[in-house]
Amino acid sequence: MIWTHVTRDPIDPAGVLARVGGPEDGAVLLFLGTVRNQNQGRPVSGMDYQGYEDMARSLLAAIAREASEKTGSERIAAVHRLGTLALGDVSVAIAASDPHRGAAFDAARYVIEEIKKRLPVWKREHYLEGEPEWLEGHQPTPETSP
Amino acid sequence: MNVRVLFFAAHRERLGTAETVASLPAGATVADLIASLRDRGEAWATLPADPAVAVNQSYAPSGAVLRDGDEVAVIPPVAGG
Repeated sequence: MIWTHVTRDPIDPAGVLARVGGPEDGAVLLFLGTVRNQNQGRPVSGMDYQGYEDMARSLLAAIAREASEKTGSERIAAVHRLGTLALGDVSVAIAASDPHRGAAFDAARYVIEEIKKRLPVWKREHYLEGEPEWLEGHQPTPETSP
Repeated sequence: MNVRVLFFAAHRERLGTAETVASLPAGATVADLIASLRDRGEAWATLPADPAVAVNQSYAPSGAVLRDGDEVAVIPPVAGG
């Protein structure tokens, strides 16, 4: 079971977790990416996430499928939120389960690392002082496209 | 031929638009498209010379040949998660 979503609604971590985990699983894992209150010591007041939404939807699904193929974990759920987020809000949730913990950890790790390298999403950081800034990230390459 | 070009994040802000249509000769590549956008001048000239690009929602190399009706997205360095 692979489930992925891109949404403007608040993420329900328990709901994402509930999508994975079966009677045969000995390991069930949840990763949450959250908006933190500082960036390299500079106080942050919030974050805007913008996406190339159609492509982000299909690529997030592809990333989750790759994670399953590479690690053997068969139950993976991932959701990325877009829009204006407050401190502490969940921007991304990834859940994975497997009979054994190695595959579950590896699957969740793979999904978040690939999101950061490839997903067409951008964030603009708001600060207590000064103008908001679009954060520079990773340049995706054609080789990383499925 | 015409292709629809999408812009995001800092590019969208600098250009003041989320999308444009570009008219190109048959056989034009992604690199040709970027050069023609930069040639529009002013804010358009600030687009990078060799950005990441998606054609019909797949990342494509600069030598990729475009076709009429393609959706091309200029992709600033991604920062999701």
